[in-house]
Amino acid sequence: MEPKVISQTLLKAAHSGRWKYGQHSHFCQKQGSGNNWAYGYSVHGPKHEESIMNLIQKEVEKYDSLRGFSTIMSMAGGTGSGLGAFLTQNLRDAYPNSFIINQIIWPYGTGEVIVQNYNSVLTLSHLYRSSDALLVHENDVVHKICAKLMNIKQISFRDVNQVIAHQLGSVFQPTYSPEDSCQYRRNPLGDLMASLVPHPEFKMLGLRNIPQMSENSLAYTTFAWTGLLKHLRQMLISNAKMEEGIDWQIRPPLSGLPALEKVLPNKEFHFNTSIANLVILRGKDVHSADLGGFKDPALYTSWLQPSDAFSEWRTHRAFNKYEKLAALVSNSQFLLKPLDTIIGKAWNMFASKAYVHQYTKFGIEEEDFLDSFTVLEQVVASYCNL
Amino acid sequence: MEEGVVNEILQGPLKDIFDSKQLITNVSGSGNNWAVGYKVFGSQYQDQIVEKLRQTAEHCDCLQCFFIIHSMGGGTGSGLGTFILNVLEDEFPEVYRFVTSVFPSGEDDVITSPYNSVLAMKELNEHADCVLPIENESLFDIVSKINQMVTSGKPGTTVKPESLVTLNEGGIKKKLQEKPFDTMNNIVGNLLLNLTSSARFEGSLNMDLNEITMNLVPFPQLHYLVSSLTPLCTLADVNIPPRRLDQMFSDAFSKDHQLIQADPKHSLYLACALLVRGNVQISDLRRNIERLKSSLHFVSWNQEGWKTSLCSVPPVGHSHSLLALANNTCIKPTFIELKKRFTRLYKKKAHLHHYLQVDGMEESCFTEAVSSLSSLIESYNELDVTKGLPVHDPLRLNIVI
Repeated sequence: MEPKVISQTLLKAAHSGRWKYGQHSHFCQKQGSGNNWAYGYSVHGPKHEESIMNLIQKEVEKYDSLRGFSTIMSMAGGTGSGLGAFLTQNLRDAYPNSFIINQIIWPYGTGEVIVQNYNSVLTLSHLYRSSDALLVHENDVVHKICAKLMNIKQISFRDVNQVIAHQLGSVFQPTYSPEDSCQYRRNPLGDLMASLVPHPEFKMLGLRNIPQMSENSLAYTTFAWTGLLKHLRQMLISNAKMEEGIDWQIRPPLSGLPALEKVLPNKEFHFNTSIANLVILRGKDVHSADLGGFKDPALYTSWLQPSDAFSEWRTHRAFNKYEKLAALVSNSQFLLKPLDTIIGKAWNMFASKAYVHQYTKFGIEEEDFLDSFTVLEQVVASYCNL
Repeated sequence: MEEGVVNEILQGPLKDIFDSKQLITNVSGSGNNWAVGYKVFGSQYQDQIVEKLRQTAEHCDCLQCFFIIHSMGGGTGSGLGTFILNVLEDEFPEVYRFVTSVFPSGEDDVITSPYNSVLAMKELNEHADCVLPIENESLFDIVSKINQMVTSGKPGTTVKPESLVTLNEGGIKKKLQEKPFDTMNNIVGNLLLNLTSSARFEGSLNMDLNEITMNLVPFPQLHYLVSSLTPLCTLADVNIPPRRLDQMFSDAFSKDHQLIQADPKHSLYLACALLVRGNVQISDLRRNIERLKSSLHFVSWNQEGWKTSLCSVPPVGHSHSLLALANNTCIKPTFIELKKRFTRLYKKKAHLHHYLQVDGMEESCFTEAVSSLSSLIESYNELDVTKGLPVHDPLRLNIVI
């Protein structure tokens, strides 16, 4: 799969002069998956299982203490989605005590791959069974960030990837541990999971960053923590995808009163209920930042106290030229609407049996589709009823 | 078969591309008779064909697909061509078979072309993974349009010499020495080049050939794709406005650029693929899709049925190019016309004895072939009926909490 992509990636890393991939730590084949999830899962998977798991084992053996696995895959194609789902299953079987977080690239609403909705539904349902958390990057959102916030006129995939890389860096770069503010956190992956995924039914994590702007504008702008955090909180509550166009009318329900009307996916729902949130602050005067707004019980579902639902990580070390930066990883209803949309479209296509023969050719039968739909409708219902 | 043709190619500028060990020829042709091509030459040369295919396939580490390029109206291309399609399915069942078929036009000089075409269509229906029909009439129209553009001499419309899609080698002056079909064949050549470009060169959004069948063939029978190629030539004007890129996208959907006589814009799209080459970014692609979406009719269960690919290497002489492949019901009239011409001949049993003389041919072959074509037309009809109707989303699964 993807020999051109792999060689390009290796070259780029080596060119940067600062880091590179190990000589043997990559795997590719000439034959792709043809955007067919079934091919990636049922043909490529078993065929290359041994070689890939051996490669992984070699890497794992180098560590004294394995924190977990983080995979990055797209949902629309055949290899990333099908082979990715197969591998995650294998990782779960081979390393039952490690954390697995899957970073998923959520495809553009239109125009990537025609069968992307089928591939997405199959991927998500399989990952839900083997993975611990699914961190989602939505192409449409990142594209808008590039257009509106970064002011890029002709957006290329390189720009999109840079934004995603920045967002990931803001989360996974080291932060100080709560016990000892001179020591870095030992197990960020584990801490992330522990804080954000209290219940196995709720695994969908969304990511928001503030501020985000082009490098040229950075030099001329200064920020205050109060302003940044106020915006971030409202982004959380109103399910805004970025710091522009936030709907300030949306308010949390008054505490003590029953929750507003039960949210149905096809209604325009307003308030984003969270299960758990993690805020990461990086930069100057970080200890003065007040996160009280995030500890309001009205933001959270009734079966978790804010003290359990909310965590914060801080470090005064600035990241990527931003003087102050706040990142939010949220397990909330962020992804309810995108998920519902994808299921709807896939179901529509499935009802006319279009393209199904391409999947049955490689062993994914209609019952498998129905199982996947069932799993995901369950997830949607659970998130709706928060 | 067609020894003369093959010899001519071997003496021309492309002689070094072809390996002489891979060629099979015979002095006599098939006499415009599908039965002779399929049954007689097929059985005669079957072993040789299989042998040569195996030999060549063994050299590949990863066989992606087979391309069959043939005409439907004659005897060899149509008969022996579809025989080879069968052979490929038996010998290499997992390898995709792409067929570029030249459909006969209305004023075809071969009288039995309707018979040959319908008999060949049955084979294409059953054994091809993907068919790209081409019509000589459309190619000819495109060539005339280009000639007009070149000779019109309007200010601002001087054409860059190497950029004509119909050129063999650089330079317009060589045009006079070119054979008449060469210019039309060059268009088809460009089609195939653009089709495979993403697999051969790097790009930000790669697309393999098996992705074409995966995305554009929703039901096994409906695998006929209408293709269109833009731009046909680049203007020599250095200040190329950005609108030219958008114009390229609009042109791809106009009926003048299609390689068969069809108008996809006014029929129903089942799926559409855009293969872009050159310095085009994802944002340009998305912007144009948004723009064009509203003027096209897509089937209800595939409202956003777009497949896209970006290859960074543009074709020779152009800064960017676009190949659009559409699975669209506009191809139905072509099939209906073919069936009509077939029925006209068959009703009178005209020329039938030439076919029935051949061992293994019976009248049932004809009836089966025409019924296969009819059922294909019917499938397209069923889809067309849904066009413009209000869309009701099917009920989703209900979860009991």
